[in-house]
Amino acid sequence: MDDFLLRALTAGMIVAILCGSLGVFILWRRMAYFGDTVSHASILGVSLGILMGVSVSFGVIATSIAVALAMLLLRRDQRFSNDTVLGVLAHSALSLGLVLMVFVEGQQIDLNAWLFGDILAVTKIDLMILASVGSILLIVLRLIWKPLLSMSVSEDLARVEGVNIAGIGLTYTLLVAITIAVGIKVIGALLISSMLIIPAAAARNLAKSPEAMVLYSMLIGVIAVVSGLSSSYFWDTPAGPSIVVAATCVFIVLQMLPKR
Amino acid sequence: MTEQLVSLTNIAFSIGERVILHDISLELQRGKILTIIGPNGAGKSTLLRILLGLESNYTGKVGLADGITLGYVPQKVAVDPQIPLSVERFLLLACSTIPESFATTLEQVGVAHLLPQKVTSLSGGEFQRVLLARALLREPDLLVLDEPAQGVDMQGQASLYGLLDELVDEHGFGVLMVSHDLHVVMANTDDVLCLNQHICCSGHPEAVSRHPEYMRLFGDQSTENIGIYTHHHDHEHDLQGNVCPHGHECSKFGDEKHG
Repeated sequence: MDDFLLRALTAGMIVAILCGSLGVFILWRRMAYFGDTVSHASILGVSLGILMGVSVSFGVIATSIAVALAMLLLRRDQRFSNDTVLGVLAHSALSLGLVLMVFVEGQQIDLNAWLFGDILAVTKIDLMILASVGSILLIVLRLIWKPLLSMSVSEDLARVEGVNIAGIGLTYTLLVAITIAVGIKVIGALLISSMLIIPAAAARNLAKSPEAMVLYSMLIGVIAVVSGLSSSYFWDTPAGPSIVVAATCVFIVLQMLPKR
Repeated sequence: MTEQLVSLTNIAFSIGERVILHDISLELQRGKILTIIGPNGAGKSTLLRILLGLESNYTGKVGLADGITLGYVPQKVAVDPQIPLSVERFLLLACSTIPESFATTLEQVGVAHLLPQKVTSLSGGEFQRVLLARALLREPDLLVLDEPAQGVDMQGQASLYGLLDELVDEHGFGVLMVSHDLHVVMANTDDVLCLNQHICCSGHPEAVSRHPEYMRLFGDQSTENIGIYTHHHDHEHDLQGNVCPHGHECSKFGDEKHG
């Protein structure tokens, strides 16, 4: 097998495992819009990273975290609903990022690669960053698993039972922001949030326990990556969208099972 | 031995211009049941939430005894149906290890048979009991209940409040609850606090029920309440003073057979 394909597969699987495990909480905590917003805003991070002469990855991570924190703060403003705040943030950040790209001198930015991912261009260094960041994120998720699950079930009960809601919520938000930041090179800013949602949603119908849902969600993500990349390799379809289409197919097939 | 579990001092809470609570002070001792009653929008749930640390923008002082464990049965818990969660897992979220009392508590509250069920498949009454079980599993010093009898039928309500009495006797914790069921409140509580943004009156149930503020608040429904009150005893009296079993219509003119 070609090296670049092997790297693409590995990178895709890492992203699928991260998105699969974090994605179930996106569902449970009804944060679908949140993932969307952070990923849209990461385009602003790409522009800022290049314009300020720091690395793109750094720009994206910093912007994702900043937007995630901004959302946490804005959520306290009762005058606007969450949807409204997220809708305003998502598309203004995306647009600002696109506008700023005009001012990037010299090098041409491959906008398509950032919007839809360029999984076949993943380098060895990308892969190493992805693998090490990914392991750290999974370990942190394991550590906050129980309180995070508890507050996803009922925030009030969790708080009375002594869970540090703000701390755990912030940690989870950062995990998602970093996952999106390291994942957009692979899946693209417009598609990464679908990898957070679709495999998790597909796993819903299979799982009897929260842990099983996470495992199924990761597995479905990995299956989607393998089939999407195969399709891309054999039929020359775009890789990122092919992965999402594959995940959607699994989702649809699993809906045919009896409801749990 | 009376041990004070909680004392609230001069609690006030507003949302914007709207005063929700004003100058609320109360105390609760171990082994006592204090029930808060009051009309809709009186701030009952808010007061509980302040005590539990779930609200932040209040003034006044919440004093909880050092190191006490709280058990909370909220008015509503909306578990997202996308979480595949059995009742057993739901209960264990409250504990770091499975407590020794696990089996007994579940038996007592009558939820043992529900353990493998999905949390979201329970009826309102079943879920209320599961919530109570979850609060009890923490072996609380103070049990806080927000309309625990919601969605529970009349018979279920009586046994629920009866169970609370038993539990207090057995474990000696304190109970602070909000209730709409005036008739049950009067029968099953040590103290009543009548709340309508401020404390209208408080004290022993009989004293409160004769208090003019109470009469004013519940006056328009007082005849109805008396009706409910007697109706939910286990019997009624007809005009001759004969005892009629619960649920049977008494003839207003007496039963001719008994003449």
